[in-house]
Amino acid sequence: MASTIATILLILVGVSLLYIAYRTITGRPVERRIVFIYIALAVALPLFMTLPAPVQVTPDVERLYDALEELRPGSKVLVSFDYDPPSAPELQPMAVAFMKYAFKHDLRVIVMGLWPQGPQLANLAIEEAMADQEIAAKNLEYGVDYVNLGFQSGNEFVIQAMGTQFKRMFPQDDRRIPYDSIPLMANVTNFSNVDFVFNLSSGKPGTIEWVQIAVDRFGATMGAGNTAVQAPQVYPYLRAKQLHGLLGGMSGAAEFEKIVEEPGDGTTFILSQMFAHAIVILFVIIGNAAFFTERRKQE
Amino acid sequence: MRRQVPLFITFFVGTLLIVSVFIPPMENLGEDFTLFFDIIAVFAFFLGGGNLLRVHLTKLYRKSPDWGFSVVTVVGFFLMLAAGLFKIGNPGDISASVTAEGSMFQTMFNNVVLPLQSTMYALLAFFIASASYRAFRAKNREATILLVAAFIILLGRTPFGMMLTAWIPDSWSVLQVPNLAIWIMNSPNLAGQRAILIGIGLGVVSMSLRIILGIERTYLGDDR
Repeated sequence: MASTIATILLILVGVSLLYIAYRTITGRPVERRIVFIYIALAVALPLFMTLPAPVQVTPDVERLYDALEELRPGSKVLVSFDYDPPSAPELQPMAVAFMKYAFKHDLRVIVMGLWPQGPQLANLAIEEAMADQEIAAKNLEYGVDYVNLGFQSGNEFVIQAMGTQFKRMFPQDDRRIPYDSIPLMANVTNFSNVDFVFNLSSGKPGTIEWVQIAVDRFGATMGAGNTAVQAPQVYPYLRAKQLHGLLGGMSGAAEFEKIVEEPGDGTTFILSQMFAHAIVILFVIIGNAAFFTERRKQE
Repeated sequence: MRRQVPLFITFFVGTLLIVSVFIPPMENLGEDFTLFFDIIAVFAFFLGGGNLLRVHLTKLYRKSPDWGFSVVTVVGFFLMLAAGLFKIGNPGDISASVTAEGSMFQTMFNNVVLPLQSTMYALLAFFIASASYRAFRAKNREATILLVAAFIILLGRTPFGMMLTAWIPDSWSVLQVPNLAIWIMNSPNLAGQRAILIGIGLGVVSMSLRIILGIERTYLGDDR
């Protein structure tokens, strides 16, 4: 029922856009609040629709998946949550899908954050992953199968110090448990004891700092998930093979969910993004049509 | 003396850290110095909080326009600070983690901070759409190239791109919008980003040398 209503509304949106195009071309552009309504509808309506989104997995996402597939059960993965709630809609679906993959493949997950709110978002991602029946059945234990080391200030200097000794930067974890009392950290001194580093980042400090220090200086193997705004800046490191795969924005999240067969928020939200992008493009076209019509008149 | 002491400290520490990279016994010196950053960062937290209070309490005192928002800010600041400092509602004792599940701090984070900050950022979509309608014009060749690239990326990074160009045969798959988007990211974008990175790298080296050698002194609060 909701899906039918949403489809009808979408058709109405299309027809009304034609009217807006006519108004704009005839020199009577609509006010911005009308544009806001269209964006709101484009974002909200797809959430009630059951459209199949033909998500195509790009080579950058495949590379990350291939790198993860090479990890054996019991491998230690360090995941750094370097973002805050504004970027969560894009990055949290990646985090949840990654956690689900890691737990289902018996990887040991060490979580940390260079952004103050990162570890809290990590807890939410872990909680969501734990709700999965297959993962819940494993009875994973905190401190043995996964641990949250918490936030440490110092930006890239934290990564640099971790290159010598994790314990220096994290004498205790997020729950105030001393580093030496955490079974998972028993044989972890620095990056050489970690099999893979995965960084979720929306700015600085983030993926670029991790590559420059953890990868270049200390030889860590690393993949990353970035916001769509930041992803283009990371491409030089990706092409130079300093990064083993990249998830870029909402599409990266949806692609990763598809390749690891864990459909989640990324798959749902990509529909909203798809319609929002379409609306933006249509408004740009309408605006330009009016612009060229006006210019022709003036000539 | 007031100027020479900071200049000497900068020169000494800068030179020492550069030299330490090349001398194995001194390799960890840089990491020891990074602890200083943490100490300074702690003061930055105090300064940030203090500045926030100063600005908003002044606004309240003067009853400036929209002072009601300052009330919300100050109350929110103290509420979150108290929840974190005094571990209000924490399942453990005062030594327990501030982010423990069930604590007031974590509850407020999950139910207030998270949705509010996400909402603030999401508002960007509305302004981008409005600006696109009113200002994004193909006025000249450069703007047209930018516009076409934007369309390809906007379509190519969502399933729409595939839907629109799935009919193109495999032998011409390079013309499918998602593949065009990948090409833009891997070629023009990559070239531009590399150029920027190299430029930044050279700029950092040059500026560092200027600061260490005392040529650049603006950080002392003097632009002469």
